[in-house]
Amino acid sequence: MKPSSPISLGTNQTDAPSPSSVKVQVQNLNFFYGSHQVLRSVTMDVPALKVTALIGPSGCGKTTLLRCLNRMHDLYPGNRYEGSILVQPDGTNILGAGVDPIQVRMRFGMVFQKPNPFPKSIYENVAYGLRLQGVNQRRELDERVEKALREAALWEEAKNRLHQMAHNLSGGQQQRLCIARAIATDPDVVLFDEPTSALDPIATSKIEELIVELKKRVTVLIVTHNLQQAGRISDMTAFMYLGELIEFGETNRMFTNPAKPQTEDYISGRFG
Amino acid sequence: MRSEHFLENQKQTASRRKAIDLWFGRLGFVLMLGTLGVLAVLLLNLAVNGLSRIDWHFLTSFPSRKAAEAGVLSAWVGTTLLMLVTASLAIPLGVAAGVYLEEYAPKNRWTDFIEINIANLAGVPSILYGLMALGLFVYKFKFGQSILAGGMALGCLVLPIVIVATRESLRTIPSSIREAAFALGATRWQAVWHHLLRYSTGGIATGVILAMSRAIGESSPLITIGALTFIAFLPPAPLIAQPPFVSFEWLFSPFTALPIQMFNWVSRPGEEFQANAAAAGLILMVITLGMNGVAILLRRHVQRNIKW
Amino acid sequence: MLFSKVASRRWDKGVEWAMVWILRFGGWISVLVTFGIVITLVTESGPFFAKVPFQRLVSDRMWTPLFADPQYGISALLAGTLVTTGVALLVAVPLGTILAIFLSEFASVRLREVVKPMLELLSAVPTVVYGYFALLTLTPLLQIVLPDLPQFSMLSAGLIMGIMIIPYVTSLGEDSMRSVPMLLREGAYALGDGKLGVALRVVFPGAFSGLAAAYVLAISRAVGETMIVAIAAGLQPKLTMNPLDSAATVTAFIVQVSLGDLPHGSIGYQSIFAAGAVLFLMTLGFNLAGHALRRRFHHAV
Repeated sequence: MKPSSPISLGTNQTDAPSPSSVKVQVQNLNFFYGSHQVLRSVTMDVPALKVTALIGPSGCGKTTLLRCLNRMHDLYPGNRYEGSILVQPDGTNILGAGVDPIQVRMRFGMVFQKPNPFPKSIYENVAYGLRLQGVNQRRELDERVEKALREAALWEEAKNRLHQMAHNLSGGQQQRLCIARAIATDPDVVLFDEPTSALDPIATSKIEELIVELKKRVTVLIVTHNLQQAGRISDMTAFMYLGELIEFGETNRMFTNPAKPQTEDYISGRFG
Repeated sequence: MRSEHFLENQKQTASRRKAIDLWFGRLGFVLMLGTLGVLAVLLLNLAVNGLSRIDWHFLTSFPSRKAAEAGVLSAWVGTTLLMLVTASLAIPLGVAAGVYLEEYAPKNRWTDFIEINIANLAGVPSILYGLMALGLFVYKFKFGQSILAGGMALGCLVLPIVIVATRESLRTIPSSIREAAFALGATRWQAVWHHLLRYSTGGIATGVILAMSRAIGESSPLITIGALTFIAFLPPAPLIAQPPFVSFEWLFSPFTALPIQMFNWVSRPGEEFQANAAAAGLILMVITLGMNGVAILLRRHVQRNIKW
Repeated sequence: MLFSKVASRRWDKGVEWAMVWILRFGGWISVLVTFGIVITLVTESGPFFAKVPFQRLVSDRMWTPLFADPQYGISALLAGTLVTTGVALLVAVPLGTILAIFLSEFASVRLREVVKPMLELLSAVPTVVYGYFALLTLTPLLQIVLPDLPQFSMLSAGLIMGIMIIPYVTSLGEDSMRSVPMLLREGAYALGDGKLGVALRVVFPGAFSGLAAAYVLAISRAVGETMIVAIAAGLQPKLTMNPLDSAATVTAFIVQVSLGDLPHGSIGYQSIFAAGAVLFLMTLGFNLAGHALRRRFHHAV
């Protein structure tokens, strides 16, 4: 039962990013929970400084793929990767034997489904990643915390209560705080795992604006099962189904003229 | 006709059920008051018989053959020193074990075994800890019938309480908090030290207080290792005038403790000694129930302040 | 280039490695304590069991290992344990169960939240205090009704022990009754059953293995309880099933011998470890059974 590569490169050639602007190259990635194979031979080139959306019905493996990129699966026993994930420009394979998953996580920020600030102050939440990377000078911390909060559009609301508990913020503010926490360390890539699924529409649109803003500086991957959201904010879209990458291309083209029948069925709402 | 009869029947059963429920509710309430009443009677009894004995002299005197002159000085000093040993053994080891089992241990047979073992250990009668201490600490390790041996016995005894409290407290922290720390590049220990232990301090403290209150009231393990009931001296002081200024000689001193002293007085004939027993019992009750009360309030406070 | 940025990782890794071992050691300590108990009991009681034929443990009618003409009838000690435990259960099981039903099905949330921790205080009272209470308060009271009751009696000790273990039954029992799904109760209510009917016909059976675990753990507590029986039930081993009599339990015997001069390796020393080994086996059985029942309950609900 060797999985055949589901994407035919021929149809996608026009969309494929030019090699110089590729940030992450996923190559023949298989992933197993114990003996259960969740990802089947996924290959995709994630472009740098773009927003790439991962869509598909629940259970299709999109979150699993996202969590491969910062090796979160290493935290739980019985998980196994095959294949490679190369990070450009230096071409390090982050699944390689000599690579420390913790260093991978320091380069790949992550924002989760539900806001999960630490029960500490706003300031300490943002500073935590910096402290982990050895930043201890008060001045530098202050500067970088402010910069991150500004980038997360939270500075104006938070600047007068930096040392209050993060849990006093509203849900949307908490999620922006989590974004600030993820980008404070200047990661190359930020991974979003359905970041707005627990938020109301107004908070959602703020987060969406933020993500579009972020791509000036970092590469963004976002898992979403909200197709409108993918359409609004992403440059590239990958459609996954049953652990396989069915189709990957420019969002506009994918939504207007999908190459694969499954993609069309999903996008037009026939299943999922 | 038939349906009317039927309705009448239903009405009757329904009202009978209501009456039964009412009566059972009353029965339960009365029994509850009665059971709690035992506790009140117990406290009242100790207070009536013992309160008049508690004064400065009682707290600062050694035991004596004359009941009216006897006091609990060596007993409360002994209990304090025992608790020092117990706490410094049970808290670090119990918390470490709890953290290991909750955050590190792989799910396998060995871990299952440790879990069953802890559940069993929590139910081992306290006197068996005394027998272990007698065979192992007193004779094999040659600590003698000392504060060290007694404190270690009590430390082992309350270890499961600290372990279980630590685990339960860690379990209330959602996994998303752990993942947030890991996603920023924290190692497992950093996640534990920077986050999990800090957010579970309240729950762990509750468990530690309960564990110490249990240890304070225990007497049978101390009797088995041969704690003396008549001690008219204090252990060597932990602070001394000459360098290095601290001394651990007290660890190897013979000792008595509050429950032991009380047991001694209970088993003596004569109302005067029984009054001493009541006084010692009152002190013990105030300490243990007070600690339990603090633990209850702390638990409430922790539960109310959690906003995950 | 990308991954050489963070220099402090080597130190973090060292700390991580050290902490794993320190914490793992903490996890092993609990096993070491169990081994400590088992090995001590086995080695120190070994000479006793080597000297005393099994036949005599079973057939002797008295337990006097320290006498010049020793008798080794362990049943004399077991009888004391059995009777005091029996009396305690006669108090704790009905009372504890009724209180559990009351708190879980009848009491308001506020009442339950106040009463439950107060009931739990009953098991926090130092046992030496209970012993004092049984000997000096309860026994004289019982003697008003039963003039022939001796100063030390298994009845008095057992009754107080029953009070002590009520929280084990009530707390655990109430927890398991409340974890019976509301849907099951609603099914019975929808048929027109009353509160008590639902409690007895739906909740009680649904929570039964949880309740059984509570009973078993309460038994284990009672069998291992020492100070109450040592103070109030008497220290003389006696093969009797009469709760109005005085007799020593397994635990009281250990206390009685420990109070005397106890040279290492003497027959008295060996005999308390023998009694301890018997006690350990009994409580181990109850603890494992209770643990298994609790697990089954949590899987079922």
